[in-house]
Amino acid sequence: MAKQQKSRVNDFVLKIANVNGTGSASANALIMKTVFRMGIPVTGKNFFPSNIQGLPTWYEIRISKDGYLARSGSVDIMIAMNAQTYTRDLQEVAPGGVLIYDSTWPRDRLLARPDITIIGVPLARMCNEQFANVRTRVLMKNMAYVGALAALLDLDRAVIAKLVEETFAKKPALLESNTKALDLGYDYARANFECPLPLRVKTLNKTAGHIMIDGNTAAALGCVYAGATVGAWYPITPSTSIMDAFKAFCERYRKDPKTGERRYCIVQAEDELAAIGIVLGASWNGARSFTPTSGPGLSLMTEFLGFAYFTELPAVLFDVQRVGPSTGMPTRTQQGDLLAAAYASHGDTKHVLLFPRDPRECFELAVTAFDLAERLQTPVIVMSDLDIGMNDWMCKELTWDATYRPDRGKVLSAAELEAAKTFHRYTDVDGDGIPYRTLPGVHPRGSYFLRGSGHNQYGGYTEDSAEYQQVLDRLAKKWRTAATLVPQPEIRRSRQPTKWGIVAVGSSDSAIDEALDLLAKQGVYADYCRVRAFPFGKKVTQFLEQHERVFVVEQNRDAQLKTLLMAETQYPSSRMTSILHYGGLPMDCRCILEALGQAAAAGVAA
Amino acid sequence: MTSIAKPKIVHSGLARNVLGLTVRDYEGGMSTLCAGCGHDSITASIVQACFELGVPPHGVAKMSGIGCSSKTPAYFLSASHGFNSVHGRMPSIATGASAANRDLYLLGVSGDGDSLSIGLGQFMHALRRNLDMLYIIENNGVYGLTKGQFSASADLGAKNKRGEENRQPPIDPVQMALALGGTFVARSFSGDKEQLVPLIKAGISHRGFALLDVVSPCVTFNDHEGSTKSYEHAREFNLRAIHTDFVPPEEEIMAAYDEGDVLPVELHDGSRLLLRKLANDYDIGNRGEAIEYLRTRHRAGEIVTGLLYIDESQPDLHGANSTIETPLNQVPYEQLCPGPESLAALQKRYR
Ligand SMILES: Cc1ncc(C[n+]2csc(CCOP(=O)(O)OP(=O)(O)O)c2C)c(N)n1
Ligand code: SF4
Ligand SMILES: [Mg+2]
Repeated sequence: MAKQQKSRVNDFVLKIANVNGTGSASANALIMKTVFRMGIPVTGKNFFPSNIQGLPTWYEIRISKDGYLARSGSVDIMIAMNAQTYTRDLQEVAPGGVLIYDSTWPRDRLLARPDITIIGVPLARMCNEQFANVRTRVLMKNMAYVGALAALLDLDRAVIAKLVEETFAKKPALLESNTKALDLGYDYARANFECPLPLRVKTLNKTAGHIMIDGNTAAALGCVYAGATVGAWYPITPSTSIMDAFKAFCERYRKDPKTGERRYCIVQAEDELAAIGIVLGASWNGARSFTPTSGPGLSLMTEFLGFAYFTELPAVLFDVQRVGPSTGMPTRTQQGDLLAAAYASHGDTKHVLLFPRDPRECFELAVTAFDLAERLQTPVIVMSDLDIGMNDWMCKELTWDATYRPDRGKVLSAAELEAAKTFHRYTDVDGDGIPYRTLPGVHPRGSYFLRGSGHNQYGGYTEDSAEYQQVLDRLAKKWRTAATLVPQPEIRRSRQPTKWGIVAVGSSDSAIDEALDLLAKQGVYADYCRVRAFPFGKKVTQFLEQHERVFVVEQNRDAQLKTLLMAETQYPSSRMTSILHYGGLPMDCRCILEALGQAAAAGVAA
Repeated sequence: MTSIAKPKIVHSGLARNVLGLTVRDYEGGMSTLCAGCGHDSITASIVQACFELGVPPHGVAKMSGIGCSSKTPAYFLSASHGFNSVHGRMPSIATGASAANRDLYLLGVSGDGDSLSIGLGQFMHALRRNLDMLYIIENNGVYGLTKGQFSASADLGAKNKRGEENRQPPIDPVQMALALGGTFVARSFSGDKEQLVPLIKAGISHRGFALLDVVSPCVTFNDHEGSTKSYEHAREFNLRAIHTDFVPPEEEIMAAYDEGDVLPVELHDGSRLLLRKLANDYDIGNRGEAIEYLRTRHRAGEIVTGLLYIDESQPDLHGANSTIETPLNQVPYEQLCPGPESLAALQKRYR
């Protein structure tokens, strides 16, 4: 054993390198949940290939007593289970860190890192001796490294046992083999190494009232709670698990146990063009409907999005963004669809966007999205991303207000239509730019002809400039109303007055949060405005105006958020500095530290 | 979709249907299509069929895509909701509408361009879902609205107005529908109201996807010699294979018929169809034979019309999904939201 570093408790990164398709997901989740149940803030990021079996996959677990949920940017303990990536994994370990490998096969030639501790555990050999079935041997290697880690990191074995018991409650044979594998690893580590390592965990009580959940599951729950009944989709990574989860929840909560009748309808469409069409057909009839998708699907949906904007139909979309352009890297994360979503479709078209920062906000903003879509009679796109959607995040428990009732917006009932003398679909009765609508089949007086072609305020066909412009101008007015109804930004003021501001959306939040703490320690201060919706609204423009320099942090190459700010506010672009992170892995705070650090050194505009 | 409001003059002598409505109540705006366009005749048949059937106009949703044909919903049932979607995508809108409100009468009108080129995928998938709707293709072999390009239904060797010949084989929606499991497959001719009206009624009453392909000549771009979608050609080569009588639920079957000649079919709403063979060599109710028959007759230059295949036993979208009877858009929110206790209980698994 080489050099030991000084003790570091509850503050390090563990990374597991594996081959996909070898069943390591449950082992990795077990480590993470154990830490979580020990009361220590933890987060897990899965870096998986766009492939089903045989390619490298990594799982990175950050344990942070301070509750930082972004990646830290370095790796302290590497479990190198993949011979293919071994060299690279070895290099990635930070000086003073630890590498754990399967010593069944000697790797002497590759162990040249005197600055780290290298621990060999004969995982394959032990499992081959203990288990007869070939697949079991592969799977149990994963549990064996969890066992070894339990000893090395001082994970609470009772917590592990409980979790394993819960998982395999109905499968006693699996419970037995998994427990055995855990013990193999644990006993070997205890017998051969000094346990625990200086990098270790210790029970805390910082996770009470929290859960570990991924954004797609939370978004699906939001759809269920918002009362969505129609879901249409075409499978695409990383959005697929939204519909999987929606279906599972509906089967649980929306299926009559006696008759088997369902109070929901999911249509797996032939493509995304159809998926959005189905959503519009359903929402035209007053059902809350939604479609989850990702960049390529959003591109296909654009014609209908413009149609929905112009005909004023509600729709809720979840764009779980992945790396573009084109097919890009389907299993990597980005915020690359901001412009494509904001202005999707030809003609003067704009769409309401919501930006969740974590799974909890996926839940909350899903509900908000339905309310806004119906209130504003327009598509609302929830801009999640792969990092939020598919990784398990620690966040505050979801809560539900029993008094919530959906805002169905301005929909005329049969009684109201009966009482009304006339009904005109596109007239601005209330002066807020939002007209009244009717649903098919409700009342003879409510009938109208919905069309994407030019129409006047009465819903009639027109090719008359003035009539057409009146409708278009009212839509612009509705857009201004939207700016007053969308969720407000979240503003974090620094402890010292500052002329610097940071603006960002979505999942960049955790990295910014950590960066601001670290910068403050260096005497560099910035306020932070986390934009939660487009159109931006007054609070966002005020924030901009309050600051001499604004750093716009985002996860794409072309500074799309900055472009939106330039297009939609008066704030001069010369006072905006972009901080861009677009390699496809979740953001860590280093790029922010660097940019603000450099600006501070250069004495930029204060 | 220009349409001019038509003055509504109700003569006291006009017949009334089961709802007490007159045929006027099923009319729409004045058509702005070319005089003599086949689509206008189909419009007239739709008005007639809906009136006779006594469908509540406001319970009908008129669905269409883009094209001259897709404009026609503005010319019938002005008391109904209309949805003029984008080119080729009406089937998805109809799917969503049906998903949300299974009580709607969905009446779709499309063109051969709308359904067989840009919208071929959506058309086929709506059929595959057995979406409960009547889907009419007003088939003229050309793109009327964009001024006469060949459509995918143009026959091999058919000539356009400039004398150019079409060299690609046609897509026949009827053969495709049969091959893909369509549960109601019919063809007619816009000029044959006697055949068309009962087919529209049957299509509306059928539970599932009713495809009605109607040869509908475009007088402006495809009614010349050398066209196989002209009035003259359609009249000459129309091969009526099946005669369909539509008997509404409240009526008794009066005519006596021989078992061998007539196939009675009961529809889910209680109405009945009497299918009578006109072409002796046609085998009603045999999907494979139907396709073969169509191919053979098409090779001989004939256009086979009538209700060529029906299967009332297949589940529609909602049958396959086991959706509750109450339309989803009418299910109270309280029956949709699991509530705070469930949410708290559920989250145990995320700890
Ligand atoms: C996306 C898109 N592409 C092209 C068009 C132009 N376009 C309008 S109608 C039409 C063809 C319509 O043909 P068909 O469905 O046969 O209707 P018809 O006019 O013959 O009744 C086309 C290509 C369009 N509206 N949208
Ligand atoms: S162009 Fe053809 S299809 Fe269009 S209205 Fe005229 S006749 Fe009918
Ligand atoms: Mg046509």
